[in-house]
This record gives sequence, structure tokens and C-alpha cells, in this order.
Amino acid sequence: MSEGRPSADLFLLGCGAGFSGDRTDAALPVAEHLARAGAPAAVVFEVLAERTLALAELSRRSGGVGFEPRLRAYLEPVLGLCLQRGIRVIGNFGAADPEGAARVVAQMACVSGWPGARIAVVEGDDLLADEAGRALLARHAPEAFAAGGPVAAHAYLGAGPLVEALRAGADVVVTGRVADPSLFLAPLVHAFGWSEDAWDALAAGALAGHLLECAAQVTGGYFADPGMLDVPDLHAVGFPVAEVTREGHITVTKPPGTGGRVDRDTVRQQLLYEVHDPAAYVTPDVVLDLTQVEVRESGPDRVEVTGARGRPRPDRLKVLVCHEGDWLGEGEITYAGPNALARARLALDVLRRRLPAGVRARFDLLACSAVFAAEDGSLPGLPGLVPDDPPEVRARLAVSAPTRALAQAAVDEVLALYTCGPAAGGGVRTSVRMRVHTREAFVPREAVRTRVRVVEARHAAE
Amino acid sequence: MPRNERITVPLWRIAHARAGDKGDVLNVGVFARQPRFFSVLVEQVTEERIAALFAHRRPRAVRRHLLPKIEALNLVLEGVLEGGVNRALGLDAHGKTLSCLVLSLPVEVPADLLGQTSAERTPTA
Repeated sequence: MSEGRPSADLFLLGCGAGFSGDRTDAALPVAEHLARAGAPAAVVFEVLAERTLALAELSRRSGGVGFEPRLRAYLEPVLGLCLQRGIRVIGNFGAADPEGAARVVAQMACVSGWPGARIAVVEGDDLLADEAGRALLARHAPEAFAAGGPVAAHAYLGAGPLVEALRAGADVVVTGRVADPSLFLAPLVHAFGWSEDAWDALAAGALAGHLLECAAQVTGGYFADPGMLDVPDLHAVGFPVAEVTREGHITVTKPPGTGGRVDRDTVRQQLLYEVHDPAAYVTPDVVLDLTQVEVRESGPDRVEVTGARGRPRPDRLKVLVCHEGDWLGEGEITYAGPNALARARLALDVLRRRLPAGVRARFDLLACSAVFAAEDGSLPGLPGLVPDDPPEVRARLAVSAPTRALAQAAVDEVLALYTCGPAAGGGVRTSVRMRVHTREAFVPREAVRTRVRVVEARHAAE
Repeated sequence: MPRNERITVPLWRIAHARAGDKGDVLNVGVFARQPRFFSVLVEQVTEERIAALFAHRRPRAVRRHLLPKIEALNLVLEGVLEGGVNRALGLDAHGKTLSCLVLSLPVEVPADLLGQTSAERTPTA
């Protein structure tokens, strides 16, 4: 399998998924493109948002699965092809149960005829898994144990343990929490043998990861603005591929025949996505300076990215601590036709007067600048944000409550508008759900003990 | 029209943007549609004007980073997401749509600089 590929000066990174709800049919064209290209390659699945791990942990506790629930849907189309062609598969789809996810991957490998496939599990991110981790958290973030204690506390691991897994011959690497760019950096470090202090090379690899980690967001997804920024075949947008050289030269592209576009505009937008100080984008492996990065079109759907500079990695790793939070209740009802706005306002007035005590509430008129408004309803000082006579308006109540019952009582008042509210309200929808609250903590990196186990699929599938 | 007349347009006419959130911090990357518009961004999309545009959300801090090599600004606004995605009650708790609030900012552009942007091209049937 992976031995069949020579080391080279070029490595291809493909992105198979950019968030937990991503499309499951986009990875196959990426894997096929990597297979055709013939260079050493990996396809990376990034499916963990900040809250995803806590939700996975709650799911695990209540008898559900603790790993990415769509693991099979993501991997089934590509796993056999990747194993056959020596394309490494790397994903944080292990979430709160990497061991469980690895078992599923092993079963899938056996079924597709690759019982000798080597499946690696990276652990150590979960600080609540053992006493040492809990003690570490208690020492550096004692507030994490206030008020009921944490649901989850995971350190953002760097590329190190993933590189270790690849060196041990892993065909598939299953992780929990790993910093998003590090998932992509790891196979580059492994392929090129970049040292731990080759800061500019590491910066280029982390930058390639940063550009790819949200999948279609660099290939024309989340970009189209008809008439101004048009995107061909958005319904079939291709996921990205980065060609990275040993010297850290990056070319972003996408599989031929897919929709979307890769040009200077799509790449610039993703370059600054979720960046604060562009001179210091912190990853566990390197602090990235984006200020001298240049973005140049070199062909159709091909963009060169150069000039990433790196500074030494941080001494501490970020930990995301999750607590059970409040109950969010939401209810909506629509008014239409003559005087719709006045009836919607009256509905909100009724809801305001009947709001149970002890909840925090927000009242919106959807279609009237609800998303720009502040929680108290105040609007930015721009003209024309509230139309005089909109043809339809949706009144919305949202509450934060300490208990499910209280949140439910508040949104039940939206339902009651059917018979007790203004004339002709329709289309009521309500929902109540628990939220997870998060906070950041930092722990010394050497105190986080990572573990890597590599097992053949036939032995891991039991 | 006189050659140097300045026309007031929404920032959207000369720039595009993408928002990202981390906790209660919003960042908005703003990108000149053409390199010639970058100077207008630098001159008019200032920390003061962005703070005023978001005043109703009471920002704790507004910072602007310049990226001339990609003709872009990175705006970082602290405390405007009403606690962030896990605490906000708004419909768009991530603040994803707020990139378009930034693009609503009025800017004055010299008429000869504005020229023809893609929205003004004659539509093809």
C-alpha cells in the first residue's frame, strides 16, 4: 500500500470535508484527482467545530456514538481507492471516541478487501480521560471545575503525533481534537522530513492547511454574489487540492470537471478567514505571519500562494473547555399582506407581556434587519434598514432559560398566538435545545501526553 | 460630470468581504475588487468608521490590519457577537451576515476611479 509511492519533491493535499455537516459526495473527485496525479498524497477530513466535541461527548454519554456520526458516509466513497493507491487518509472524525471511529474504519477496510490496512489512533487530547489530565486542567484552569464541572476538555494537538503515526506506516489516521491546519501539515512534515524548527516551511504547510480546512470556502463556496462574483456550477462545487513543494511553494486548485472557481478572490477571502492578527496566526506547530503572503493566478483554477513566514511555536497548547449551558428556546410566526408589520409588532408586544420571569429574551422582526440588530433591537445608523410596508414579516422570539421547562413555557406563547394573537398569523415553528458553553484555557505543551497506536484493520475491527 | 467628482456608493461596489467568528470576536476580511480601490479602503474604512457602524452592538475594541500585498483589510471587532455562538440569541449567532453590514458602509469614490464595475456591465440575455 503506502510503500508503493516514492518520496518526491511534491506532495498533494486534498480536502474531503470542511465541517461536520459538509457534503459527502465531494471527496471522491478529490481522491480520483490525487490518484491520477500519482504524486504522494493525503486526503484530509476536518469535521470538528468548537462545540462538536462536547455534543459528541453528550451523545456518547446518552448511549449514542461519540465519533462523527457521518463517518461511514464520508469514507465509504473513497476508502478503497485511497488504500489501493496509497493515498493517506487523515481525519479528526474520531471526535470524543477515536477508538470507536477506528473500529468502524477497520471494518470498512476489511469489507473493501484491505484487512492489512494500518489504522492509527491518536489520543491524548482528552484531558478528562485520566487523572493526570484532570489534574493538569485543575492546575491551569481551576475555574473549569466550578458549577457542575466540564462536559469536555480537549487540547488542540499539533502535527507531532500524526507524523509519528505516518512514520509507523499508518494508512488511515484517526484523531480527536487536533488544530485544523495541523491535520494538513502532518503529511507534509512526514513526506519532506521538515525539522521541528524549520519555521518558514512549517508556516507554508500550516498555511496550506488553513486554506483547505474549510473545503469549498476556497473553491467558490460561500462566495457567490450574483452579478458581482459569479460561480460556475455552484451546485457541484469541487473541494480543494493543494500542491505543495518541499520548499513550501503552494498551488491551490480543484479537481477538473467539478464546479466552483479557484482564483485570487476566492483564495484571498479564505486567507483571512477567522484570522485576528495576520502577523501572528497561532497554531500548535508554528506561529504564522501572513503579512507578506502573495496570491497569484497561474492558470485556470490554479493559484500560487507564497511568502508565508514562521516564528517559533507557542509553549502552551490551547484547551477548549465545554460546560452544559443554558436552554435556548425559539419560536416564529409569519404575518402577511396589508398591515403585516403592525400585526407582527403587536404579536411581539403580546409575547413581551407574557414572558415568564427569569428568562433573557430577544424579539425580532425577520425581513426587517433582524441579523444586523443588537439584542435590544437597536439598529446600525444606516437608512432603509426597515421597510415601511413589507409584504410579509416573521416575528421571532428567542429566550435563554436555566431550565428546559422555562424555555418551553416561553416559546409555547408563540404557539398560543394562533388563537390568542393578532389576525392571520401562520407557520409557527418552535424549538427548545440545550446549549454548550465553551471557554479557553492554556496548558504547557510538554504536559499533554499523546499516544499513538497503529493496528492492522483485521485486528482492530473486533 | 466633472472629472474629479466623488460618488457615494456602498463599500460593496468596490470590495467583497467574508466574516469569521471566534468566541465573542468577529473578524471581517475586506478585499478590494480591483487593486486601484485599495487606497479608498485604507482612507475610508477606518477603525473609527467601523466602530461607529457597529456602535449599536457596543464593541469593546475595533482593530484594523492592512495587507497591501493582497489589497485587503482585516477588521477585528471584540464583543460584538453578544457573547458568541453559544450565548447569543440572534438568528445569526455566528455573525456570518455581518460581512454584509460592513459592505453597506457608504464610501466616496472618485468617478474616474470607479469606472465600470461588473454590476454595471450590460447584462447579456
